[in-house]
Amino acid sequence: MGQPKVETSPKVSDEVRKTTCYMCACRCGINVHLTSGKVTYIEGNRDHPVNKGVLCAKGASGIMQVTAPSRLRAPLRRVGPRGSGAFEEISWDEALATAVAWLKPLREEAPEKLAFFTGRDQSQSFTGWWAQQFGTPNYAAHGGFCSVNMAAAGTYTIGGAFWEFGQPDWAHTKLFVLFGVAEDHDSNPIKIGIGKLKARGAKVVGVNPVRTGYNAVADEWVGITPGTDGLLILSLIHCLLEAGKIDLDYLARWTNAPLLVNAAEGPEKGLILKNAESQPFVIDKRTGMPAPWDGAGVQPDLGAVWQGHRTVFQHMAERYLSADYAPEAVADRCGVPAGRIRALAAELARVAFDEAFELPVAWTDFRGDRHESMTGRPVSFHAMRGISAHSNGFQTARALHLLQILLGTVEVPGGYRLKPPYPKPVEAHPTPHFVAAPGKPLSGPHLGYVRGPENLAIKEDGTPWRIDKGFTWENPFSAHGLMHMVIPNAHAGDPYKVDTLFLYMANMSWNSSMNSARVMEMLTDKDASGEYVIPRIIYSDAYASEMVAYADLILPDTTYLERYDCISLLDRPISEPDAAGDAIRWPVVEADRDVRGFQSVLLDLGVRLGLPGITNPDGTAKFKDYADYMVNHIRRPGVGPLIGFRGVDGQAEGRGDPNPDQLARYIENGGFYQAHVPDGAAYMKPWNMAYQEWAVATSFYETPQPYLFSIWSEPMRKFQLAAEGHGFLQPPDHLRARLKVAMDPLPVWYPPFGEAAAEGYPVHAITQRPMAMYHSWGSQNAWLRQIHGKNYLYLPTKIWEAEGFAEGDYARVTSPTGEIVVPVAHMAALNPDTVWTWNAIGKRRGAWALDAGAPEANQGFLLNHLISELLPGEGRVSNSDPVTGQAAWFDLRVRVERVGPQERAEPAFEVLPRVVPKGRARV
Amino acid sequence: MTGLPERTEKKLGLVIDLDTCVGCHACVTACKGWNDQGYGAPLSDQNPYGADPSGTFLNRVHSYAVQPTDTAAQIINFPRSCLHCEDAPCVTVCPTGASYKRAEDGIVLVNEAACIGCGLCAWACPYGARELDQAAGVMKKCTLCVDRIYNEALPEADREPACVRTCPTGARHFGDFADPESKVSRLTAEREGFALMPEMGTRPVNRYLPPRKKDRPEEASLLAPLLDIKATGLAGWLDRVLGKI
Repeated sequence: MGQPKVETSPKVSDEVRKTTCYMCACRCGINVHLTSGKVTYIEGNRDHPVNKGVLCAKGASGIMQVTAPSRLRAPLRRVGPRGSGAFEEISWDEALATAVAWLKPLREEAPEKLAFFTGRDQSQSFTGWWAQQFGTPNYAAHGGFCSVNMAAAGTYTIGGAFWEFGQPDWAHTKLFVLFGVAEDHDSNPIKIGIGKLKARGAKVVGVNPVRTGYNAVADEWVGITPGTDGLLILSLIHCLLEAGKIDLDYLARWTNAPLLVNAAEGPEKGLILKNAESQPFVIDKRTGMPAPWDGAGVQPDLGAVWQGHRTVFQHMAERYLSADYAPEAVADRCGVPAGRIRALAAELARVAFDEAFELPVAWTDFRGDRHESMTGRPVSFHAMRGISAHSNGFQTARALHLLQILLGTVEVPGGYRLKPPYPKPVEAHPTPHFVAAPGKPLSGPHLGYVRGPENLAIKEDGTPWRIDKGFTWENPFSAHGLMHMVIPNAHAGDPYKVDTLFLYMANMSWNSSMNSARVMEMLTDKDASGEYVIPRIIYSDAYASEMVAYADLILPDTTYLERYDCISLLDRPISEPDAAGDAIRWPVVEADRDVRGFQSVLLDLGVRLGLPGITNPDGTAKFKDYADYMVNHIRRPGVGPLIGFRGVDGQAEGRGDPNPDQLARYIENGGFYQAHVPDGAAYMKPWNMAYQEWAVATSFYETPQPYLFSIWSEPMRKFQLAAEGHGFLQPPDHLRARLKVAMDPLPVWYPPFGEAAAEGYPVHAITQRPMAMYHSWGSQNAWLRQIHGKNYLYLPTKIWEAEGFAEGDYARVTSPTGEIVVPVAHMAALNPDTVWTWNAIGKRRGAWALDAGAPEANQGFLLNHLISELLPGEGRVSNSDPVTGQAAWFDLRVRVERVGPQERAEPAFEVLPRVVPKGRARV
Repeated sequence: MTGLPERTEKKLGLVIDLDTCVGCHACVTACKGWNDQGYGAPLSDQNPYGADPSGTFLNRVHSYAVQPTDTAAQIINFPRSCLHCEDAPCVTVCPTGASYKRAEDGIVLVNEAACIGCGLCAWACPYGARELDQAAGVMKKCTLCVDRIYNEALPEADREPACVRTCPTGARHFGDFADPESKVSRLTAEREGFALMPEMGTRPVNRYLPPRKKDRPEEASLLAPLLDIKATGLAGWLDRVLGKI
């Protein structure tokens, strides 16, 4: 019998267009196949530095995103009560004129009355700059409710963070320890890296209450109790110190361990001791005398005591050698047996020191000392939200950096490597800018790194400049703002009322807010005069998300394949440790609706408002649209949004004049550009002069910025001093005690806030997003919702059995501030005192063009209703990390009771009236 | 009834590494995306935005809980698709000859022109690897991307199944099991790759690599304290530590 003939070489498509994915924050390169002008297939771009050809479940489902029925179709103006979903379509001219009519008077009279917050924005260097031109101090993106503890703790300690700003040296590492990440950030790069380790049999250790995803493949799983990671890490440090298994040479040369801590009582106690030139100094072992910290040939003495002042090293050793940090003292609290902690410490020490190796790469350090090789220590770490979304998350992340430093494994072969423009010390970052004046732009960028109380955004009367109270005594290092507090604060008029709330891609009436049901009320609440308490809300989104119903004016955005975008070194690039990288998006298909790319709309608004930088002196537009801005905007002389193909001939890298052909060259190059770190500069970057010089040439900073890692954080000590009563700028009394604890200059662990109020709520409750929906704006995606269309609360065996749960049951879950009734499932691979669920699967009925009977909207649920945005007690103190203001999502404590089978999850909200028709068949 | 080739020249198939699969579902949607526009009828979705969405997938990932007696519970992510069996019961059960195994490479395919959608093959397959497309009324299954692996319109590097090309962890490998030197044969030999449910007598071509042993910390000698810190105090510790430099 003859076999049928199969066409094995069919034509795949008419054309492939290479752009950048936007299904999450990884920003992978994609090949978009087009047939007859339609997108027919999307795959990873093999040449792209982020994903090297692979693509995740979201990326490969992008085709369903471009055709989703939930896409908004035209600008909308609210015509019924807010939240009713009654809108009328209007023209763009009307929409923009309306926005200008609202915003122009604000700019002229009180620019702070505009609160402009962007959610999953990937153009923050632009949106922030726009807000700066407008003159409002009220701008940030979503980092405050995401993982600012990671960013800030890393920056203040090693000059770079986990997040995606660095990565393990996948090629050399032999032991990889992952804290607080099972499924998410960053997605494909971590998967590619774990795949490399697995291929060569290197060891992966997962520290996480939940054993899914990366923890499922971990060779060892440490099922820690939420909120105790910092204690576990400090106990590991205790073991390493006790055994003397620390990299003394590394500590002496590259960290502030040999600097002296001022021991004199008074306003400078605990600050780093400075010489007459205001420079820190070390004691040179060769002479026993003070010597410059960066002097050639100096051998800093870690054990020095000089005029009664001891080194940072001694303070550190004294603290962590304390029996308080012995494994036996922390085991119960962490839910990890002491023997396990000791074994992990031994494994870290064995790999770091017994498997050390030399890379024969000669280099010269900032002191001018030449080295013939680089010492590799093949232990690496990564961490994200699991450890940082707690009110002790900043200190926990700092503790993890200290552990890496003690092992001598940051920026060395085999260890954790930063990606340009990092490493970058705090001193090379701006401080926050916040002084608003009528009709004037802000004097600099909103977000920055505070050095001391003098940088706080506090007015002379002691009230905050910012609506989110960023950079105040409540959260001094809030480098990403506190988006989760904007609506509650604006509603409470604390610190003041705003007029217009302008949001982009931020689902604040649903899964991006704590206490979502209350936030919906805040958005619709009226004052005595019958006006909305938050008078005006402008919202831009591409899809009919839950937030749309709560806005007064909708500016519909395009999907990611219909737009220009700029993934810039000025904010959040796509660098690799060996290369700086940036990228663009470009319209690979034209939008078939009356929608516009949000960034181009902002520019248009800027011209209509006459904003400086955006408008020519004659009132005309400086930039035609966002694409024009990407090419022609000049941030500093020679420096613009993109580093590649600069200069009139397109040959310049990093610095150069605008090149009118720049975008064409990017498109030709696959949508991205890479500037490669030169040979010999790939490791030891903070101290490696070859790297420093390249970094200056490539425009990351204007002069070399070598620095020492901060084991002892002087900016933190300055806040502690203030809390102790020193200095002119003083915190309010109710915050003194917590500042003294939280702003400890050495990493410290304290129980997550709210423990006292959580008595009677013995169970920890946490969330994560599934890999197939991580950071995604597309959980309504036709393919992805077939994978995760419903979420359960996963219960550990202990609770499952104790409460007599059975399949099909629901549970009543109660926190000190809320109650939900939700479907449950049993999961054994889980910390015995923890329950968890997939976040943001739950949808509100009527949103996202889904059927009102959709499982997401009936059985699906959010934990957000259980989480208060405020801490218990007097006053309005946000439920956030006291250092950075990161939303403390994972401090949640609950009680779980069986209620048997139910029809649907509670609370149930009314069906949102539709702003787009319900989706039916696939387009 | 349809006959199977006595032998096939090649035995093309997949190795799936269960030690490495993180359960991300990338292979699921890459497969869906390619095959929605590839060989045969598109992979339809029913009620894609409705209360009970369902659709045709040629590859799905399941997660299973495992509870060893002496170590912590585990999750194993298990991708499931056609195993291209040598004794494929789905082929021999087919009343029209639509299901067949290719003599040249062993790929099991459905000739959709001859498929009457009777579903017997899906009943016969012990692995649940076939899905009847509700819109087209024909049986769909993994084709090993027969329209990619030989496709001269694709760059050579891309001539592999979409699921393999996209897998972020590199847990999926494609090759010829008839060649003992191929990557899939070597991986199978080195990592003790196993066939799924061999007792069914279907002689699957695909192999799974088992998860490595977990949660058995090597008997590393624990770190010995340098000295009795309680007795000597910090000063003694410093002397000892710094004496090492």
